[in-house]
Amino acid sequence: MSDAALSHEAHAHPPGFAHQFETIEQQREAGQLGMWLFLMTEILFFGGMFTAYTVYRSLHLPAFEAGSRDILEVQFGATNTAVLICSSLTMAMAIHSAHTGKKKGVTMMWLILTMILGLTFLGIKLRFEWYEDYIHHVVPGFGFQYRPEWASLGSQMGQVQMFMCFYFFMTGLHALHMVVGIGILTVLLIMTARNKFSPDYVAPLEISGLYWHFVDIVWIFLFPLLYLIGGRYPH
Amino acid sequence: MSTATLDLPPAVPAESRVTYLNATYGIKSWLLTKDHKRIGLLYLATITIMFMFGGLAAFFMRLHLIEPQGALVEPETYNKLFTIHGIIMVFFFLVPSIPATLGNFCIPLMIGARDVAFPKLNLLSWYVFVTGCLLALVAIFSGGVDTGWTFYTPYSSTYSHTAVTWMAMGIFIAGFSSILTGLNFVVTIHKMRAPGMTWFRLPLFIWAMYATSIIFILGTPVIAITLFLLALERTLHVGIFDPALGGDPLLFQHMFWFYSHPAVYIMILPGMGVVSELITAFSRKKIFGYSFVAFSSIAIAVISFIVWGHHMFVTGQSIYAGLIFSVLSFLVAIPSAVKVFNWTATLYKGSISYDAPMLYALGFIGLFTMGGLTGLFLASLATDVHLNGTYFVVAHFHYIMVGGAVMAYLGGIHFWWPKITGRMYPDLWARIAAALIFLGFNLTFFPQFVMGYMGMPRRYAVYPAEFQVLNVLSSAGASILAVGYAIPLIYLFWSMRYGPIAPQNPWGAKGLEWEAAPTPPPTENFDVMPVVTEDAYNYQPLKGAHHSV
Amino acid sequence: MAAIFPIQPPAASTIAGGVDQLYYFLTGITLFFTVLIFSIIFYFMIKYRRRSPDEIPPETHAPLALELAWTLIPSAICVVIFFWASYLYVRNSRPPASSTEIFVIGKQWMWHIQHPEGPREINELHVPVNQPIQVTMTSQDVIHGFYIPAFRIKKDVLPGRYTSIWFEADKVGTYHLYCTEYCGTNHSHMIGWVYVMSQSDYAAWLAGGEQNESMSKAGEHLFSVLGCSGCHVAGGDGPPLAGMYGQSQKFADGSTHVVDDTLIRQAIIQPDSVQLPNYKNVMPTFKGQLDEEQMLQLIAYVKSLGPEERKNGQ
Repeated sequence: MSDAALSHEAHAHPPGFAHQFETIEQQREAGQLGMWLFLMTEILFFGGMFTAYTVYRSLHLPAFEAGSRDILEVQFGATNTAVLICSSLTMAMAIHSAHTGKKKGVTMMWLILTMILGLTFLGIKLRFEWYEDYIHHVVPGFGFQYRPEWASLGSQMGQVQMFMCFYFFMTGLHALHMVVGIGILTVLLIMTARNKFSPDYVAPLEISGLYWHFVDIVWIFLFPLLYLIGGRYPH
Repeated sequence: MSTATLDLPPAVPAESRVTYLNATYGIKSWLLTKDHKRIGLLYLATITIMFMFGGLAAFFMRLHLIEPQGALVEPETYNKLFTIHGIIMVFFFLVPSIPATLGNFCIPLMIGARDVAFPKLNLLSWYVFVTGCLLALVAIFSGGVDTGWTFYTPYSSTYSHTAVTWMAMGIFIAGFSSILTGLNFVVTIHKMRAPGMTWFRLPLFIWAMYATSIIFILGTPVIAITLFLLALERTLHVGIFDPALGGDPLLFQHMFWFYSHPAVYIMILPGMGVVSELITAFSRKKIFGYSFVAFSSIAIAVISFIVWGHHMFVTGQSIYAGLIFSVLSFLVAIPSAVKVFNWTATLYKGSISYDAPMLYALGFIGLFTMGGLTGLFLASLATDVHLNGTYFVVAHFHYIMVGGAVMAYLGGIHFWWPKITGRMYPDLWARIAAALIFLGFNLTFFPQFVMGYMGMPRRYAVYPAEFQVLNVLSSAGASILAVGYAIPLIYLFWSMRYGPIAPQNPWGAKGLEWEAAPTPPPTENFDVMPVVTEDAYNYQPLKGAHHSV
Repeated sequence: MAAIFPIQPPAASTIAGGVDQLYYFLTGITLFFTVLIFSIIFYFMIKYRRRSPDEIPPETHAPLALELAWTLIPSAICVVIFFWASYLYVRNSRPPASSTEIFVIGKQWMWHIQHPEGPREINELHVPVNQPIQVTMTSQDVIHGFYIPAFRIKKDVLPGRYTSIWFEADKVGTYHLYCTEYCGTNHSHMIGWVYVMSQSDYAAWLAGGEQNESMSKAGEHLFSVLGCSGCHVAGGDGPPLAGMYGQSQKFADGSTHVVDDTLIRQAIIQPDSVQLPNYKNVMPTFKGQLDEEQMLQLIAYVKSLGPEERKNGQ
């Protein structure tokens, strides 16, 4: 390929093309591989916490069950799970809409719905879970108080606080990833508004979708591990 | 002669040609660059500064240790010195050294790409790294840290009154720069090779960097979360790793070493890659067993993840855990041995020149062999019981990290210096420095093997008088080593302005970076994108042909 | 030569010789391969030095047999070393049945040593020669490391649990004791001496000096003062403890464990975690009410209450 041929092709390159690549297809594949690798690092990152949680839960199961059963409220966790699953659907719809050449308004609507669902998730978590936990003195490091019904755990009572530590660390890390995700969605919204996407170029939407789905999947692991241990209901 | 179908311009002075160095001027053009070559230089400057901090700490330590009761500082200060030396050298020098400088600079050139896959992410990784360095410096200058680079709990989580949280956060953030670099390299190597550059035609430096990047991606997040939990424990006073509050201090060790063992392979694999390039270039031969060396890099990266328990043989873990980790630790030694034999065999019937990069490479092979074999003493359960926690371990890992990795790093810097700067350094001084470093290094660290078997524990600010002779020998060696390191610092700086202009390919080396890209390259690396038609290190066809040197 | 410039510590235990033998073998292997590689490199460097700037050497071929040879031979050597070292390690990990016990508590920055007969020492350990001794250790604060180079033994000392190691000294003399796991400011001051004495000298040393009551006597005293004897009697709220030590015991959650030092300590600190079938969960916790020395005394008392089938081989 001569210099002349290169510069002529440059004008024909689609929007968003980055010149370290030779073709837009190469760029798209690189972006996908990059995001999958990043998600692998995220698996290891959350995985460290999950490992520590697993070790302590196997050592102190009754205290962990007490924390889950007595403090966490399944209805909020379950609602949030449903909210996130729906948000993955709306995200997929946004990508589909851009990919099939729908009007930008349609794509933007799906993106906004995804953001609303994400904010709903965070709102429920902050207002009905964390804030309630705070005023009921079950946030470790912020005036944690033990409840009388835990006295039967005897010397293991302190592990209820350990459970709540893991609850806040793990859901907090997850919430941080949600916030970043909503930020990314905002950027995508603006890009859509500015007509950056077309059926040939949806790569940023696709790889952001991967990230969003990943954050969703992390929650799907967190929910049963944190909320559903402890046997609330008689068998 | 070359693999590219182009006519290279004649060797004209770099100033009158547009290169990546003079394409744009001004501090903003460097701080906002997306050029992998400039980013490599930004990293080079940063890690050189960090190396000086870490080296200064070592200097004070060895000075202090010439007296059994300590010649210089109080134990409290000594404890901070060895901690800071370890943390800086591991996290802020060795881990980024070859990957972020030589890797960033050379990978796109060697595979025939215009840049890495994600140039903006590359620049971000440098800023993230600098942020981590700044936090570490805040920790150092606000009183230091005294936990050892291993941060064992509950000392670090509950008992130490030093700037542990600041330092943990600094390492945490610097870790993200590693992750981004590793991610960039993997995607670049997968997706951006020039036409004809198949996997098995790649230079072995690329294989080594690929293996290193796998460890970056999979291992670094674990140290991140471990230090994050440590910081949370210190600030919120909850007992994740403190047995008094229901935690398990050994869980910290498992999580810490799950990263930190693969991390030592992050520190040596790139060096092995550099050595493969140097041995082939300076004997003008194909590497003896290409696929064996390539697969050894991958094998080392994979096995490195399952040997971490050998740091914990004396913690009271079960005998069975000990046996499993021991056998796996022997297993990880085999690929390294295979490489050493292949490098040595490459020299057979070669055309060997004694340029400084080659001296560093040959020194690497010898010293890495010693360091690696002394690792077997530690993989062996019965001897590890006696040697763990003594100076034997200190000597072992310095043979690999300094006798190995740092020498490979210096060899690589010297080898690619003409490509990076367009200048030659003074050869005589370079060889003198290489010899001084080799001698100083051995005098510093060989006595420590003896000290270790005699029983001298590590991290001791004062020691029984019977160890003084060995300590003084070691400190004497350290002073020679310091001079040896200072000399390249001086002449490399000098050469940037006053060194003779480098020809296109001063070493007559094969490789796209030498044959298809000008010296120094333009911002977009190649005037014409190369097409690859031959294996790596294919010196034979050159026989009889005239080629410019 | 060894006296002027020693390269190994004195070998004063029954296992030291074996460890030294392996060490010398490893040193031999290291020297052999180092000299081999260095010599070959040196030889090739000179014989194949570049003779003209344009020189291109002939190609050499890499026979697969050679690659396999230098993969398999080092592997074979590693296998030998692994089995040799592991054999020594496993053999050295089980204390002989005739071991007597000594207790060590590491704390910043000193070693507290307690003999079961009563004498206590700080940073000094008197032991009789030719007698296997099991050392049971715990830490009051951070992780320490108990290291006697002359015996070639080392074990970390952890807070919240017991670790143990054993040795049999076979040479009378005085040897170094070090802390080998960094533990804070005065880590390098946490050192001491081990005095290996003839059996008669040791007996004399035990008998002389400050007369402390034996550990099990002190433990018996604590057992009554803390109220343990109120429940742990036949027909009481707690199981009688006679003969329990060293036995396999079934617990309320279905699991089975041997009653060893760690279990007794756990029972005292976290009684609800070691509930027995047929007993109610009414034992209070004594966490924070006992220091590690008192804990060891109580355990010594429980041990003294009946035959033990076997020692815990931790």
